[in-house]
Amino acid sequence: MPQPLNYLKETASQTAGPYVHIGLIPAMAGFDIFEKNFSNVLVTPNTEGERITLEGKVLDGTGTPLRDVLLEIWQANAAGRYNHPADRSAGALEQEFRGWGRAGSDFESGLVTFETIKPGAITDRAGRTCAPHINVWIVARGINIGLNTRLYFSDEEAANAADPVLNLIEQPSRRGTLIAKRGERAGKVVYAFTINLQGPEETVFFDV
Amino acid sequence: MNAQAPALRDPRLNRPEPLTPPLGDGGFFQRDRSIHPPAHAPGYKSSVLRSPRQALLSLENSISEITGPVFGHNDLGPLDNDLIRNYAKDGDPIGERIVVHGRVVDETGRGVPNTLVEFWQANAGGRYRHKKDTYLAPIDPNFGGCGRALTDDTGYYNFRTVKPGPYPWRNYVNSWRPAHIHFSVFGSGFAQRLITQMYFEGDPLIPICPILTTIPDKDALDRLVAPLDLNASTPFDSLAYRFDIVLRGQRSTYFENRTAGN
Repeated sequence: MPQPLNYLKETASQTAGPYVHIGLIPAMAGFDIFEKNFSNVLVTPNTEGERITLEGKVLDGTGTPLRDVLLEIWQANAAGRYNHPADRSAGALEQEFRGWGRAGSDFESGLVTFETIKPGAITDRAGRTCAPHINVWIVARGINIGLNTRLYFSDEEAANAADPVLNLIEQPSRRGTLIAKRGERAGKVVYAFTINLQGPEETVFFDV
Repeated sequence: MNAQAPALRDPRLNRPEPLTPPLGDGGFFQRDRSIHPPAHAPGYKSSVLRSPRQALLSLENSISEITGPVFGHNDLGPLDNDLIRNYAKDGDPIGERIVVHGRVVDETGRGVPNTLVEFWQANAGGRYRHKKDTYLAPIDPNFGGCGRALTDDTGYYNFRTVKPGPYPWRNYVNSWRPAHIHFSVFGSGFAQRLITQMYFEGDPLIPICPILTTIPDKDALDRLVAPLDLNASTPFDSLAYRFDIVLRGQRSTYFENRTAGN
């Protein structure tokens, strides 16, 4: 017998359930408990970069919006730098910009929104340039293990075409499922996205 | 918060000794999906229309997955890990007083320090303080049902609460959830992000729960069941349950020799 390795096993995932708001966004559950709350607004008045609204829905296999879904996003700042010690790239760090937020979908419409900035292109540790993107994590009743996907930007065509992750997707038609469409409303930049859990337009989800 | 974590001797963890190479910031160990519930688990009906059907695209961890949000004590309030006090209006909540404690470690056994742990639960009658919960058990005016903690430098966390009750839900006509507490854990990188549920030793609803039994691996299921920890109980005050959480381990990057394009 060889020596045992004795790694532990990861704790199994369980669904966040329909009442995920109680723990993660209590105001949406209908009460006020914490002095400080996390939210879907990532920016402060001092944040560098172009202000954007991310706005979208998550659709089930019938095309119906999930109205009890929770999304978290994780992103670099406008200089392409993540606010984390493992990111040693050259872009300037902004301590005030955590780069993370969470949002629950509207209980009626299913709409999910974030107020953030458009991240810069990222240089990975192999020196490759990665198109600007936002990492997305999705949990809800009926989702047994959180789903990982990304949002890219429709106005970054050249960067998207060269992006090493988008190019991992075998079917070019599926790459479009990760691209949020730029538009404007009342003078504000809005990127619209749709995440399809199933169907011919099923979003690309990653095993990270 | 208690600074000294109890030694990990739980045989469920199957670990004579932790393996602790120098902490790296390489990619995370590949996730072993055989111990997680599959996305499509028909016995849990809500999963049928909410489960992707295409294969997940395997992604070698990049800086986007190795990094993740950093939290600190400034994000928390002083009562955030005391569910007996953090929503009390005119008295204590009704129910069995308990302490839940444990460590957040990674697959090498190393404690995960300074990581955010969030928890939420029903009250002692099985009712959630949530505008969408209409179960007939009453809301407890002194119980909110949520809290959060930051692990200490050994990965230890604890909180105080009342034991949640089981409750019925619409899956089969007569489906009941075992008593449970939901947990959300971050780790150091976004690829470690995890939501799970803790159950209580001895609950007869555990083996028949359509959600819990989505987990295909018996040992993985057992690891979600917290044992009574009498040694950590406070005499004449509260019982204690022990719940350790394991996040994915991380590779070390001793040699950075990959060049662009490889």
